Amino acid sequence: MRLIERFFKEPRWGVHPDDHKRPAADVPLRVLPQPARVHMPLQQHVGGAARPVVLVGQKVLKGQLLAQSQGNISAPIHASVSGTVTAIAEVTAPHPSGLGFAAITIESDFADRWIDTDPVADPFALAPEEIARRTAAAGVVGLGGATFPAAVKFVLGRRLGVRTLIVNGGECEPYVSSDDRIMRDFPEQVVDGARIIMHAIGADESLVGIEDNKPEAIAAMTRAAAAYPEVKIRPVPARYPMGSDKQLIQTLTGKEVPADARAAEVGVLVHNVSTCAAVHKAIRLGQPLVERIVTINGAAVTAPGNIFAPLGTLVDDLLAFCGLAQAPARLILGGPMMGTLLRHGRVPLVKGASGILAFDAVEAAVPEVGPCIRCGSCTRACPMGLLPLEMAAHIRSGDLDGAIGYSLSDCISCGCCAYVCPSHIPLVQYFSHAKGELSARERAKLRTEAGKRLAEARLARLERDAREKAEVAARRKAERAAAKARVPSPQPEPQEAST
Amino acid sequence: MFIAVASLTLMGIALGGLLGLAARYLAVEENPLEAELQALLPGSQCGQCGFVGCAQAAAALARNEAAPTLCPPGGRAVAEAIAARLGIRIDLAAVRDDGPQLAFVAEDICTGCCRCSKVCPTDAIIGAAKQIHNVIREACTGCGACVDRCPTEAMGMVPVPVTLPHWIWPRPATV
Repeated sequence: MRLIERFFKEPRWGVHPDDHKRPAADVPLRVLPQPARVHMPLQQHVGGAARPVVLVGQKVLKGQLLAQSQGNISAPIHASVSGTVTAIAEVTAPHPSGLGFAAITIESDFADRWIDTDPVADPFALAPEEIARRTAAAGVVGLGGATFPAAVKFVLGRRLGVRTLIVNGGECEPYVSSDDRIMRDFPEQVVDGARIIMHAIGADESLVGIEDNKPEAIAAMTRAAAAYPEVKIRPVPARYPMGSDKQLIQTLTGKEVPADARAAEVGVLVHNVSTCAAVHKAIRLGQPLVERIVTINGAAVTAPGNIFAPLGTLVDDLLAFCGLAQAPARLILGGPMMGTLLRHGRVPLVKGASGILAFDAVEAAVPEVGPCIRCGSCTRACPMGLLPLEMAAHIRSGDLDGAIGYSLSDCISCGCCAYVCPSHIPLVQYFSHAKGELSARERAKLRTEAGKRLAEARLARLERDAREKAEVAARRKAERAAAKARVPSPQPEPQEAST
Repeated sequence: MFIAVASLTLMGIALGGLLGLAARYLAVEENPLEAELQALLPGSQCGQCGFVGCAQAAAALARNEAAPTLCPPGGRAVAEAIAARLGIRIDLAAVRDDGPQLAFVAEDICTGCCRCSKVCPTDAIIGAAKQIHNVIREACTGCGACVDRCPTEAMGMVPVPVTLPHWIWPRPATV
């Protein structure tokens, strides 16, 4: 029995890439000096873009509301430095397309003056709804990369009666160590944040899953959680993608999240360790989310490490602070497996950015693509149990519906398949392309339906107009006839003409 | 032998009669194919196909009196869907498809004559008499009906701009 357990302890999915986390993870946290200006994008989260509430030329303090959330799933944006709003315009988005999105630019006054905050001494005396409200108002979103508004998940977790909070300290992406650093330097913030979230969703326990390649983080978190038996630190095997919520839930609880279902539906809720720390700051200190820890790493960086930086800082400013040994051959926001390719460094740091990687030519080398030899390596690596080779073959021939038949929608774009492919086929790009095409198709359908509705409304309006005109004409005619009948015939004509 | 022949004959007559009655009394007035084809068409009644509206175009398609490539705003996607429904092969290369389009108003030429807003099948053009008109992008189906109506050539068509949420990863180059 022991032997079998031991045999199955290593997950049978995923890959184990060289993690490249050290030495950057071991360098003490550095604080970025105030940048001269920051660009705060209005869309740093999943859902509706925030709506600006400041004007150009207005003086703002650090933590002041710049843009309020719009719609049910959205998050507000706050100023990350004190200074003057100089523009509300387009800046380049951290996106592979290099397209722009709207951002509020603040020229810093270098005073770093905070707005008056509203700290809470005892969050456990607050109603859960109040914690969700304060978290939403602080603009806290999932900092693991998904950037889903945290408060929306609180409400959902409470409604579905979630008993277990899973705190995600997996951080399985190679090179990135921002979560590792927050667990080592601020474990009490993470634990306190986790306890506040437990209170907000009504959970009884929280399981903190930390990959076993971070022994310092496990030690620090164990010390911080010693006083709270409900917060359990659970080391998990280092395996990519352990930081993906479905994989972490399965490893920690043995529950499998069904396709098309949310984690809350199996009774658990996942929050990243950095999100927990942000919730702690939002509730205990009343501070909105305006700063984060970001890993600067890669062979092109002179002094790699973790930086505490205001949101909206340009990637170029962060790289300049750490020093560049050479012009990077490739710039990535996030990790190398799932991160976003950046065309240049003049893009702002956003809430979901855990790392900035500047690769040299050796790290950025792309091997030549060969034909699929149907070896099945991708199938063994896929953490979702899909058949990447079959999906890619269908997408290659333009048969998107065929790919849906192989559960394309369950693909989490983790990149394990492309990582192990001996022919170096860019499998994830096929899946991203297909997912984009499918959502475009869905949008086109909605658009056509909206067009049909508008056309029908117009026809109805034209018919009503014609009918009303005819009615008015008929009424006039009747009135005229009645007037004619009332007036005796000997009366002079002009009088009738005047009516 | 006689019983078998007689029973089969009787059954033939009875069932045949039943089918004949069903064909008469349960007959479908309209070709059901028409409704299906109409659902595939954009439904903006722009009239660019030469028919009065999408319903008439669908009827012509069902009677095989029109080519599946008749719908200019639908482009390749609609032509393909119609051909697949009718079970015929078409040469898609002949269909002009510039991708999704939007109407726009050159504001320095517009005289505010209101002719375009009257023909717009989805009420996507706003503007009163002698006021510069404008296009509501969300409502414009890109049918192009307004372009020919404009006396000053102030109306034109532009491709729908690519924005961040609408951007799609290109398909990797195949080996």
